[in-house]
Amino acid sequence: MAQFAEAHFFLIESVVKIIVVLFVLLTAVAYVVWLERKVVARIQSRWGPYWVGPHGLLQPLADGLKFLFKEDIVVQDADKVIYWMAPFLAFTLAFLSIAVIPFGGSFQLFGHTIQLQITDLNVGLLYVFAVTSLGVYSIALAGWSANSKYPLFGGLRSSAQMISYELSLGLGVVGVLMISGTLSLRGVVTPQVGFWHIAGIPFLPRWNVFRQPLGFLVYFIAAIAETNRIPFDLPEGETELVGGFHTEYSSFKFAMFFIAEYANMVTVSCLATLLFFGGWLGPLFGPYWLRVILPVIWFCLKVFCFLFFYIWMRGTLPRFRYDQLMAFGWKVLLPLGFLNVLGTSFVIAWLHS
Amino acid sequence: MLSPYIPILVQAIIVAGLGAAILGVSALVGVRKRSSEKLAPYECGIAPVGNARGRFSVSFYLVGMLFILFDVEAVFLYPWAVVFKSLHWAGFIEMFLYILILLAGYVYVWKKGALDWTR
Amino acid sequence: MAILFYIFAAVAVIAGLNVVLQRRPVYSALWLIVVLCALAVEYLLLGAVFMAFIQIIVYAGAIMVLFVLVIMLLNAHHEEPTHGSQFAQWLGAPLVVALLVEIGVAVWSWPGAAHVNPPPLRAGPKSVGDLLFHQYVLPFEVTSALILVAILGAVVLARKES
Repeated sequence: MAQFAEAHFFLIESVVKIIVVLFVLLTAVAYVVWLERKVVARIQSRWGPYWVGPHGLLQPLADGLKFLFKEDIVVQDADKVIYWMAPFLAFTLAFLSIAVIPFGGSFQLFGHTIQLQITDLNVGLLYVFAVTSLGVYSIALAGWSANSKYPLFGGLRSSAQMISYELSLGLGVVGVLMISGTLSLRGVVTPQVGFWHIAGIPFLPRWNVFRQPLGFLVYFIAAIAETNRIPFDLPEGETELVGGFHTEYSSFKFAMFFIAEYANMVTVSCLATLLFFGGWLGPLFGPYWLRVILPVIWFCLKVFCFLFFYIWMRGTLPRFRYDQLMAFGWKVLLPLGFLNVLGTSFVIAWLHS
Repeated sequence: MLSPYIPILVQAIIVAGLGAAILGVSALVGVRKRSSEKLAPYECGIAPVGNARGRFSVSFYLVGMLFILFDVEAVFLYPWAVVFKSLHWAGFIEMFLYILILLAGYVYVWKKGALDWTR
Repeated sequence: MAILFYIFAAVAVIAGLNVVLQRRPVYSALWLIVVLCALAVEYLLLGAVFMAFIQIIVYAGAIMVLFVLVIMLLNAHHEEPTHGSQFAQWLGAPLVVALLVEIGVAVWSWPGAAHVNPPPLRAGPKSVGDLLFHQYVLPFEVTSALILVAILGAVVLARKES
């Protein structure tokens, strides 16, 4: 009987966590779009959205409704099944990879320990990579199914770009895995607790980014390319490819690609925070409830910094040319990734012998 | 053993349901004013020329092929990295040899110009 | 958990049938991805966690990407019967019968679930790594030579025309 109640509690706990996380992620996506429009506008000396709500704060809601009521066009000669499936796939995959991201410690409720994470897999990182590796299909198929030239170019280019940078994405994190000795995203944070001391004074948190600067650089550059963001946003480079793979998409199908892109941005920023910037670690003080909430706040702040950086780059950098992009991925980032793996393993073997 | 994967299954069902619901609602409530011009594929304002699904540069194929091979290689790095601290120098030498052999292939690919997109 | 096994086994079989029955190559490739993912879940149910995710990353996320790209590149619409496929028609029937007989014999001689008692398998990345880098170092190193040959082959094939 107790076991039965335990199973029920587990299921209810999971569903509650999933719904909360999905709601937060959707809201985050909506307001990252708002933030992007605001920040890019300020960089370009404009005001950005201003009329819907105070400072345009209700703009994402208005955009969503507008997308919903727009005409849903299916191009003639399009492969209908795949044409419908591609945005659905993009959306589903983007919202699945968040499942293994821990965003805080744990707390006690009715005698149960509740972890601030949907589920802690011992192969959490592999899970994220597996879901990411399937994301290529949504873009390749979206480009192919519309039977139109610009989407096809965009889709092909985009899939070639994504698979090329996926390699570097995987290589960049290997150094961190060597330090932590686990693929669990909770376990990855554990070795980052505490400070480095000089003459007894703590001066630097033990974040992996200080041990793995090259690994972080490789990971983050590859992550920007994976999410198709400036300066790697060739797939939707409007100056040459119109809208890229989603040229022929309208109404909410288009919005799905948009939402998926921003959700992936959030996931990739969460991963960067966990792997290299100590995850939810930060100063703790005050009563019990504050010690539960503070880590979540530190985590969100760090993720926010990455998201802001994404937007900042969009307002600042020009776009790569396609051959430069591929050459950079294969000839610079990939060798750097291997160099980092060998270098890290050499140092660790040296220190442990 | 399996219980950590149950929430993922639940989440997959919820997310897929949400996606399908939104797409369905959008298709139902959206306006419908079809015309043959509107449904034609976009081609910068002129009538579409030829079939869009033409043949493409072999470079795409080559990139896909090289990706598989380096991906298989990268996959071996994960279990290696996880147990690395217990392997010490043996682990370093094992992986060094492994990467060295593949480096030969990488240099060959580079010299053959397979990584140059424009050729 | 047995119910999950049957669900995903059914998915794998139905998707597998679709791989063969679909006329358009892109659809066949997509159904094959479904087969691979369903098999990954079966690996997970067996406790082969690492294999399950590698199956998705390498097979569904890399090899099938190449398949789909090539189908898109070659603009393959419908499959056309060739001399080879007519030959396969005649050879196919006896082979199917042989396979069915083999499966029948295997099922007939099965001692029943009570006699099969596999030890719980917990093949996470750690145990795979321990085995691979202690016990099977030589096969691991030979793999790199295999990949090297494949790299050379890919480049030679792609450069043949120019």
